[in-house]
Amino acid sequence: MRRLLRVSIGLVCRISLVIDSDVFVQAMQDLGVNFFTGVPDSILGGIIAELMIRRVYIPAVREDEAVGMAAGAYMAGRVPAVLMQNSGLGTCLNTLMSLNLIYRQPCLLIVSWRGQGESDAPEHLVMGEVMPQLLETVRIPHRTLAEKTAVEDLRWGIDTLRKKQIPVALVLTKGVVRGLHP
Amino acid sequence: MRPEEGTLISRAQAIATLLELLTDQPVVICNGFPSREAHKIADRPTHFYMVGSMGNAAAIALGVALAKPNKQVVTFDGDGNVLMGMGTLATVGALRPRNFIHVVFDNEVYGTTGNQPTISNVVPLDKVAKSAGYVNVERVLDRDDLIYEFKDMLKKDGPSLLLIKVNEFVEDAGRVLHDPFVITQRFMKAIEG
Repeated sequence: MRRLLRVSIGLVCRISLVIDSDVFVQAMQDLGVNFFTGVPDSILGGIIAELMIRRVYIPAVREDEAVGMAAGAYMAGRVPAVLMQNSGLGTCLNTLMSLNLIYRQPCLLIVSWRGQGESDAPEHLVMGEVMPQLLETVRIPHRTLAEKTAVEDLRWGIDTLRKKQIPVALVLTKGVVRGLHP
Repeated sequence: MRPEEGTLISRAQAIATLLELLTDQPVVICNGFPSREAHKIADRPTHFYMVGSMGNAAAIALGVALAKPNKQVVTFDGDGNVLMGMGTLATVGALRPRNFIHVVFDNEVYGTTGNQPTISNVVPLDKVAKSAGYVNVERVLDRDDLIYEFKDMLKKDGPSLLLIKVNEFVEDAGRVLHDPFVITQRFMKAIEG
């Protein structure tokens, strides 16, 4: 009984802490982000659905394409965000390194962390394990977004990309922002 | 025979012809010789010269076009580049930006790395673009047709793709010496407003 109680309290806390997708999208827009593209992931499903409701999402077919589009939009005066699964980080690595980092073209990367721990499908495990080191290696500032500090984390992301004029990654673990399958 | 039989125009001649017809439109130019040659022929702040991220020229131009729907945006691309980022033909075809003009210099080789063959001799990139949803698609082999079709595209709603068959001749053009960050800054300033 005591155990059951503890679990249910945990569950209530957990549910109340999950950030709703519309709150998250509104927070990004309030911080000035006004160009959204990317490639979907289930963790990002709620955010993308909300961006589509607001008619501001431009779907890309590959993550390097999304990063390229974001670079163009940045040079045309926008503040871009690119949503992707961390597998897509591998796909767009050359674009980040030979375009964004040398031409100094910032964008906010919202990267879902698949393969965190060992509970995900096998294709996610290697990237899931090395992702933080990978971001360090390619010198992309990053922070894992937490429920309690989400707005602060977003503000840090925008401040950092404005200051350094390079892409900044906000890593999103499962259940922090309401996905399509809560 | 490579390139396509009867192709006399060089990419540099094609670029010079196109730049004569362009004024203040943003032009995103793919990495390799296209950027070097364009830079040598006419260095304008409206040019975004790429040095890396092969395959992404059209995506960058698309981002500019979507963010500035009232400005005509041009990209100079190559066959190797288009093949590498072929998904972007689909994205352009699906989004249908009216202000997007895609110029592809097709010499059927990776010219910058020593003329290794691409596969554009058997994969007609103009037909791929048409199938993907580009509104105006033309394939030209000489200067007169190039001038006629490009002028026409500048007047029309796009997305448009002009495939120019060019020979393998490479202009004696050095690297683009501007710092990449300077290229970003001056391009941003030039396309403001």
